[in-house]
Amino acid sequence: MFASASSVKVAALTVNTPSVNFNLKYEKEWADLEPVPQDDGPNPVVKIAYSEKFSDVYDYFRALLKNDERSDRAFALTAEAIELNAANYTVWHYRRVLLQALSKDLREEMRYITAIIEEQPKNYQVWHHRRMVVEWLNDPSEELEFIADILSQDAKNYHAWQHRQWVIQEYKLWDNELKFVENLLEDDVRNNSAWNQRHFVISHTTGFSDPAIVEREIQYCLSQIRKAPHNESAWNYLKGMLQDRGLSSPPGLLERVLELKETHCSPYLLAFLFDCYEDALENSNQKENVGEEERKDILRKALEICDLLANEKDTIRKEYWLFLGRSLENKSGSRGPSDKPPEPSDPASGQQEMS
Amino acid sequence: MWQRDGGQLFKKNFFFSFCVKRAVLRCLFVHFLLHSSYQLFVINPSFLCFRPALLREQHYQYLKKGLRHLSDAYECLDASRPWLCFWILHSLELLEEPIPTAVASDVCQFLARCQSPTGGFAGGPGQHAHLAPTYAAVNALCIIGTEEAYNVINREKLLDFLWSVKQPDGSFVMHVGGEVDVRSAYCAASVASLTNILTPKLFEDTTNWILSCQNWEGGLSGVPGLEAHGGYTFCGTAALVILGKEHMLDLKALLRWVVSRQMRFEGGFQGRCNKLVDGCYSFWQAGLLPLLHRALFKEGESELSRQRWMFEQQALQEYILLCCQNPAGGLLDKPGKSRDFYHTCYCLSGLSIAQHFGNMDLHHEMILGKEENRLAPTHPVYNICPEKVSQALQHFHRLPVPYENNPRSSHPTGRPSVEMRAGV
Repeated sequence: MFASASSVKVAALTVNTPSVNFNLKYEKEWADLEPVPQDDGPNPVVKIAYSEKFSDVYDYFRALLKNDERSDRAFALTAEAIELNAANYTVWHYRRVLLQALSKDLREEMRYITAIIEEQPKNYQVWHHRRMVVEWLNDPSEELEFIADILSQDAKNYHAWQHRQWVIQEYKLWDNELKFVENLLEDDVRNNSAWNQRHFVISHTTGFSDPAIVEREIQYCLSQIRKAPHNESAWNYLKGMLQDRGLSSPPGLLERVLELKETHCSPYLLAFLFDCYEDALENSNQKENVGEEERKDILRKALEICDLLANEKDTIRKEYWLFLGRSLENKSGSRGPSDKPPEPSDPASGQQEMS
Repeated sequence: MWQRDGGQLFKKNFFFSFCVKRAVLRCLFVHFLLHSSYQLFVINPSFLCFRPALLREQHYQYLKKGLRHLSDAYECLDASRPWLCFWILHSLELLEEPIPTAVASDVCQFLARCQSPTGGFAGGPGQHAHLAPTYAAVNALCIIGTEEAYNVINREKLLDFLWSVKQPDGSFVMHVGGEVDVRSAYCAASVASLTNILTPKLFEDTTNWILSCQNWEGGLSGVPGLEAHGGYTFCGTAALVILGKEHMLDLKALLRWVVSRQMRFEGGFQGRCNKLVDGCYSFWQAGLLPLLHRALFKEGESELSRQRWMFEQQALQEYILLCCQNPAGGLLDKPGKSRDFYHTCYCLSGLSIAQHFGNMDLHHEMILGKEENRLAPTHPVYNICPEKVSQALQHFHRLPVPYENNPRSSHPTGRPSVEMRAGV
């Protein structure tokens, strides 16, 4: 549905091909079967100019499917069909039916699917097939290493991470994952998939309630930020980890960030500061010891940052920062001293209609 | 030329040099950032005058041909042929190019051959039903919008198919024996709502499952636990809008995540944090802003703009027109990549989103370049033109909701559909 649907013709992979240059219709082995041509109708649309081999293989595949044939030649043909189009989920489904019906060697199937994934790592069907085989074997022992190898070629492969999370959760293989993540972040501190995996591991093991864990993670983030100040992932992780409990909850965090502002400023730091101030305003509604003056001051600082981001530091998001500023002002019931005029609106008054 | 934000008017020559510089820089930046291609965008005089042109005629020829014939390079999409129909038909409707009656009828007949006897649509004749080509087929038929098109859909069997892929935890597998991810919920909700076979039971627990896909980043992942991703975020959010449950998301966090996906230099959108820009996210990501605008409005947000979405519409249009067009027709991911119908569809869909604010009652257009660049508006939930959505809803809502022939459903009698919140 997404980028995997682009029209790149994939290089052929020769794995388990009984016939390469001959059409099946000339083979004795297939003489008993009448191939079934594709029924595109008299006036086809989106008609693909299949190669002769493609038509041939799929004409016979359709014949097998029609008869629900469960045989070795059917099994072998699925490999041919997959080689021609690894996204044909009907073929994969049929292959799985045959794997079970013919009691095929699942270890060999693991070797097969390993090779296919190496060639075509961005395909949904191949990963789902691997998952099925692992489940049938009830053996995840090769998975973490295999996925690590795929990730070494593309450290952000979404399917690979999905499979990895499934294996870890299903078979409780949490022990070494944080280390794995840290190694990846050493390689590339901007790898957002790795930051996500960090969050995944911690939330499913120690959790983020323990203040010692939170402090450790804050230190980790800040040290990565010092190394690469414009790394949005690190800032998002910091906020994401703290947002449920409140950004103002860890003591001294605001101060640490204000310190960083002098030497390691970025639009992300400023946005984080805004979030801290907004959080402080929201919490001050509950606290009685936060005076009106203090609230006004926090609001002023927050609105200043909105203006700075909208007009100078993050102008691509101007519309958003202006909205946030208006929204915060409106919620807090008062105007900041910067006195930004409201956004020019239509002369027509009244509610905007967005049925 | 138009007014810059804040109502400041630039002098024509300053505007010219500033914007040419920014536009040229934008394109150069994307090139140098990525690829070895020596061929930059075609130095078309219209670009240098900073009136970038949508290459309508070229795109039209590319689409017209593809609707009939595709090279063997498309063998890899042999299990996605309804998608090819949708991508091409939707691109043509955005370009406001009429579909000849004969072609429309041929598409109907082809999609009928893709329909599975057990319900739903498959990637091609004789294949198994799958939610993605089902979504694409229903959308394509709704674009055609004739009685013949609507009549292709076997609604009773479609409902059976949806039940057959429904999981106890509220999710859906993409096909029997297939994988789960949030795309399936969107595909199911989209077809069920358009064809009026939606019942509350069908989507029981689906809302909570989708909500569990919203992560620490604020966006949504394909399945709970994974990284937030534009495509999955669109699917989850749009599905919740259809189910009337979008307010249950952390809308503020989602808004922050999606606006942060617009690239400050390229102007286009990335699919995930710290990844590269891609033209297709012009729809998956930017298309979230209309959904969120409406959701926030429904929540009582009073400070929403009445003229603009909360992303830089001009910058996105620049990225698409200057960096994503193939001079021979078709659109693409980024300079250096090859054209395809998927990117043609989603770049044009994103361009439409960027050009049109609001809906039929409150509409504000912002067309970069020539007026001829204007595309038809698209519905941000279904991504077909809004008139086609209302027409389909009108047609199918005259029909009764089919009986639920599913043994897992404890109500064997048909039930009326939930109030439609398709938001047209």
